[in-house]
Amino acid sequence: MKQAERAGDRLFRAAVAGVSGIVLIAALALAAQLARESAGTWKTFGLSFLWTSTWDPVNDVFGALPFLYGTAASSLLALIIAVPLGVGAAVFLTELAPPRLAGILMFAIELLAAVPSVILGLIGIFVMVPAMRAIGSPYGVGLLTAGLILAFMILPYITTITREVLLTVPRPLQEAMLALGATRWEVVRGVSLPYARSGVIGAVFLSLGRALGETMAVTMVIGNTPRISASLFDPAYSMAAVIANELAEAASDAHLSALVAIGLTLMAVTVVVNGAARLMIYRLERRL
Amino acid sequence: MNDAHYARRQKVNTLMFALTAVCAAISAGALLAVLGYIVWQGASSLSWSFLTNLPKPVGEIGGGIANSIVGSAKVVGLAGVMGIPIGVLSGLYLAEYGRGRYAFCVRYAADVMNGVPSIVVGLFAYALIVHPMKKFSALSGSVALAVIMIPIVLRNTEEFLRLVPGTLREAALALGVPRWRVTLFVILPTAGRGIMTGALLALARVAGETAPLIFTAFGNRFPDNGWLNPIATLPHTIFTYAIAPYEDWHRQAWAAALILMSFVLAVNVMARLWLKP
Repeated sequence: MKQAERAGDRLFRAAVAGVSGIVLIAALALAAQLARESAGTWKTFGLSFLWTSTWDPVNDVFGALPFLYGTAASSLLALIIAVPLGVGAAVFLTELAPPRLAGILMFAIELLAAVPSVILGLIGIFVMVPAMRAIGSPYGVGLLTAGLILAFMILPYITTITREVLLTVPRPLQEAMLALGATRWEVVRGVSLPYARSGVIGAVFLSLGRALGETMAVTMVIGNTPRISASLFDPAYSMAAVIANELAEAASDAHLSALVAIGLTLMAVTVVVNGAARLMIYRLERRL
Repeated sequence: MNDAHYARRQKVNTLMFALTAVCAAISAGALLAVLGYIVWQGASSLSWSFLTNLPKPVGEIGGGIANSIVGSAKVVGLAGVMGIPIGVLSGLYLAEYGRGRYAFCVRYAADVMNGVPSIVVGLFAYALIVHPMKKFSALSGSVALAVIMIPIVLRNTEEFLRLVPGTLREAALALGVPRWRVTLFVILPTAGRGIMTGALLALARVAGETAPLIFTAFGNRFPDNGWLNPIATLPHTIFTYAIAPYEDWHRQAWAAALILMSFVLAVNVMARLWLKP
């Protein structure tokens, strides 16, 4: 009887450990498959694939620079727009808003994160593009439009995480400064935000990881033109968008391989960025 | 002099907090604007026949999205059947036995997978299934969505299992119940509500995913023809209709977006109400 129970425990443990192995295998298989399918591109073009800018599926010449640029530029624009907005909103929600109002606003902001990106893309095509045209953008689509829509996609992450960190700021620190005659804003600037800094930076990296890999909304408004141009109003292209647009109709094996190579690069970048975000948040947790 | 200085500081205080209020209003207002606009654009095209009819041939006005709704249900359903048990059991492993090096690797792998863009997961499913079979299929779409779901469900399960008080486990063990039965029949049901809500949220999340389906499930203007053939899904149909040059398709894209949005929001709101004590 005792023996049977022990065996049951061992069996159960082995079974759930085995199932969790699927997660491990999936992660390894993902990296391996992408590496295998893109091997041709790395062999033909080497690492110069990443800094040449000819994209010519007809003659099988591939360089990914315009896509790297488009992804980086649109994501940075999104951060520039979303970080002040998100941090500002978080400050309002923690320091000023009555709890009930803060709860309702927080709920709305979190729901924004649940809106499928294809729907934001739809809004992008039919609302933002005409609006951009109205304010003087020649095409309406372009880097800035993509950056704007990305900003709204990452805003919830920045707001939520910043607010959580702000809630952990020790009350006595704030009260000490208030007692010295500081205004509430001076407390926010002098105590709360510096205290929350590493959390905010973590949120920024996490959002950057999301923005870099975001596909649909960007594909629908970035203009899909593999060109590096100085103007933010000009159409561009992103790594995720070119995969979405061209993979299903890849003309040749070389074309397919180049697209997978872009996917592998994208994955490597997001893994590094997410790793940095985790490091920041880990540091913060250790301090608490 | 001092008074002027003080007044200035007060002004800065008011101004800055007013600015933060504007930030909060923009952030929360964005959701209202999106929802309002979708309802405004989509509601007029919504009808029973839109939900139950098949798409008309290209160029003809009208038709519905029945095949996309059924397709989404099938692809997301199969993804759930594959992804939820794997996610829950792996989360269970990490919460109950997750201390060694192997558990560290699993947790790390899940973290990495959680950050991998969905389009890259789509590439994985493409390389794994579509490319060898030389055919787009509903199955490959489901596999992609399941891979996206697993780390989400795993994370959530682990978190909720860790919230179960240790005294509960000790009480059950003290009664002489073997550990595996304690885990399965005491700990797991206690965290059941949280785990199920998490699974539901993960389903809603992948139901809106488009990117990994473009070159796996691919889309189809006809009723689906089994798991090994291309299948239409709601988000993918919205995408194709939105970028097509036909006015009538744009109208249908808004109506389809309204349906998808209602589903996703309903699940999210329900999950929140359900989790509130």
